Amino acid sequence: MDEGLHIISAIVEDRPGVLFKVTSLIRRRGFNIATITVGSTEKEKVSRITMTMGGDVRIVEQLIKQLSKIPDVVKITELTPTESVYRELAIVKVSAQDQAKRSDILNYITIFRGRVIDASKDSLIIEIVGSPNKINAFLDLMKSFGIAELARTGMVALARGTKSMDD
Amino acid sequence: MRLSGAKAIVESLKSEKVEVIFGIPGGMTIPLYDAFYDSDLRHILTRHEQCAAHMADGYARVKGVPGVCTATSGPGATNLVTGIAVAYMDSSPIVAITGQVPRAMIGKDAFQEADIVGITNPITKYSFQITSASQIPDTVKTAFLLASTNRRGPVLIDVPKDVFSEEVDLDSAEKLNIKGYTVRSGEPHPYSIKKALGLIMGSERPVIIAGGGVITSNGSAELVKFAELIMAPVATTLMGKGAIPETHPLSIGMLGMHGKGECNMTVESADLIIAIGMRFSDRSTGNLENFGESAKVIHIDIDPAEIGKNVRVDVPIVADAKKTLAILVSKLSEVGSKRGENEWTKKLRELKAHYSSNYREADGGLRPAKLMKLLRDAIPGSAIVTTGVGQNQMWAALHFQVLEPKTFITSGGLGAMGFGLPASIGAKVASPERPVFNIDGDGGFIMTEQDLATAVMEDIPTVSIIMNNRVLGMVRQWQCMFCNKRYSETDLGKVPDFVKLAEAYGAEGIRIESYKDFETAVKRSLKAEVPVVIDVPISADEKVLPMVPPGKRLKEVIWYG
Ligand SMILES: Cc1ncc(C[n+]2csc(CCOP(=O)(O)OP(=O)(O)O)c2C)c(N)n1
Repeated sequence: MDEGLHIISAIVEDRPGVLFKVTSLIRRRGFNIATITVGSTEKEKVSRITMTMGGDVRIVEQLIKQLSKIPDVVKITELTPTESVYRELAIVKVSAQDQAKRSDILNYITIFRGRVIDASKDSLIIEIVGSPNKINAFLDLMKSFGIAELARTGMVALARGTKSMDD
Repeated sequence: MRLSGAKAIVESLKSEKVEVIFGIPGGMTIPLYDAFYDSDLRHILTRHEQCAAHMADGYARVKGVPGVCTATSGPGATNLVTGIAVAYMDSSPIVAITGQVPRAMIGKDAFQEADIVGITNPITKYSFQITSASQIPDTVKTAFLLASTNRRGPVLIDVPKDVFSEEVDLDSAEKLNIKGYTVRSGEPHPYSIKKALGLIMGSERPVIIAGGGVITSNGSAELVKFAELIMAPVATTLMGKGAIPETHPLSIGMLGMHGKGECNMTVESADLIIAIGMRFSDRSTGNLENFGESAKVIHIDIDPAEIGKNVRVDVPIVADAKKTLAILVSKLSEVGSKRGENEWTKKLRELKAHYSSNYREADGGLRPAKLMKLLRDAIPGSAIVTTGVGQNQMWAALHFQVLEPKTFITSGGLGAMGFGLPASIGAKVASPERPVFNIDGDGGFIMTEQDLATAVMEDIPTVSIIMNNRVLGMVRQWQCMFCNKRYSETDLGKVPDFVKLAEAYGAEGIRIESYKDFETAVKRSLKAEVPVVIDVPISADEKVLPMVPPGKRLKEVIWYG
């Protein structure tokens, strides 16, 4: 379970400047978010913004209330980790020169259900998908081999069950 | 019907029943002004765009409908910013229309290009940029809707120059369809009303804090009835001044940093705080840690984001102030629970009597408190007062008793010097039959004084009373009290001769030397047909007292500085 993780999901109209309005409010009011992602949805001209943050529920509540005042934000809600599915993707370049290390890494990849998506003589690029905790645990292991570069997407999430947020 | 974008704007403004626009033209709004030329909209040419925004704001606060201002792109638009920020902080509905460089040049750093949509994003309810003339009718309509509903506020519409000349077919114009905004009914939830009534009936020492929301919702009559039913003293915030006549026995004046001592003491000893249409600003609450420590809190506000933002709330009511008060009044009357005089009201009277002697009027020179009382006695209850910012504003707040809602207009949240004169002009345009007085500081007056020219040219006779201490008084007071009298850069030295300055603009200038002079000047100005400037020399050492130092709790009032 991801302790203290808050996932906030917003359905927004895809107008120019929406992402700017959302991030500008977050900055202005001093909210501290960990990740933000934006992408299209099943509906035309509607996007979903997913944010994560740690911290006090009161602050999360305040963030949701403030964001819902932006007229382009059609709907916004917190998705609790137990009632939603959430994923993040990371790609990480790990140096893997000697054969022993390489096979250790491949072992870990199997355990964490990652994939090697590129390989060179000296390094591997690994793709891993999961909760932030899982990704962090994997990255911790990779540190000992030497992480050359890392990119993470930030989180996407949906509530479990049949209902859609936009209903 | 086909017409140009500029004409479509004029037509859309007319459908919103706009009667007057404040502004200054420029390169990018020439086509718009060409459309003004043969329309019957009244345009008031200001001398600075900041004043156009303040005038629209003053107009809106008196009239209760959005005020409209306009400026050209770049410097014209950026000059509006202070005025828009004032309106945002005080939830005042204004619609600002700015010109923009032609569409093809946006983002290319064209001459007089400024990203006004980006700049004003955090200080508006919404900033639109129109990208095709066919968006004009619905954008203007939506702008007025956003500005004037729920919690009100400024909206900006940025229009590229070539859009003004593009043709639009009114019958097939685009629809905006903003799904994320719904106009609230303002009806309180019955469950919260029930809980609120429970707290009210169970309380022994209730106090009401009324904010600007009571005034914008036109809920003053309901507020007074409610207070009388439960025998609760009514404190107001700065923005709430006028929500209850300040001569009412239950009125205890303004609370907060520069509030009345007895008001702060009362709020500190209450067991129930009923906060209505206010947002617990730091200037009202003192140190938040201890605010309302021993009290339960009912918070009524139309903006859900205000609830729980600064203060923990026991009963939140997201609703219109007037509607909520009306329901509370009828429920309380049903159960016949009218309270009479009791321990709490007795204590209140004692507090008032006890502290009245603390407002000392030392000898020598003209004293602000007395001047405010003389002004009150000399002008009708319906007269409108605007203020500058600083000591003059706080003297007015403390000592000028407001009798009717919407007659005290001040820059509360932003505290922008220079607001007083242009706001008075906007107020007078909204209500020409009523006298309008601007109580200002010498420092603030100079910031927007050029718009005396507007008042003279457009025959808008407002009266500015300049509390002339030749210093940036409020800052100097803090330097005196908290910086060991190290008066760094607060001496204005040689201020202009305000009488000559007024005369130079074609206004009337009066310098007074005594209370008698002051009364005569005020009475005379009531009949004046030109704007009047009354220069009131006061001592630079006058302070606003009492005061709760920043970070202290309301109890920790300093009476003598
Ligand atoms: C535009 C602006 N600049 C600076 C300030 C900071 N400030 C607050 S009160 C004050 C002094 C105001 O002087 P004056 O207008 O003469 O009024 P007084 O306090 O003397 O009555 C200043 C500089 C402000 N509120 N607004």
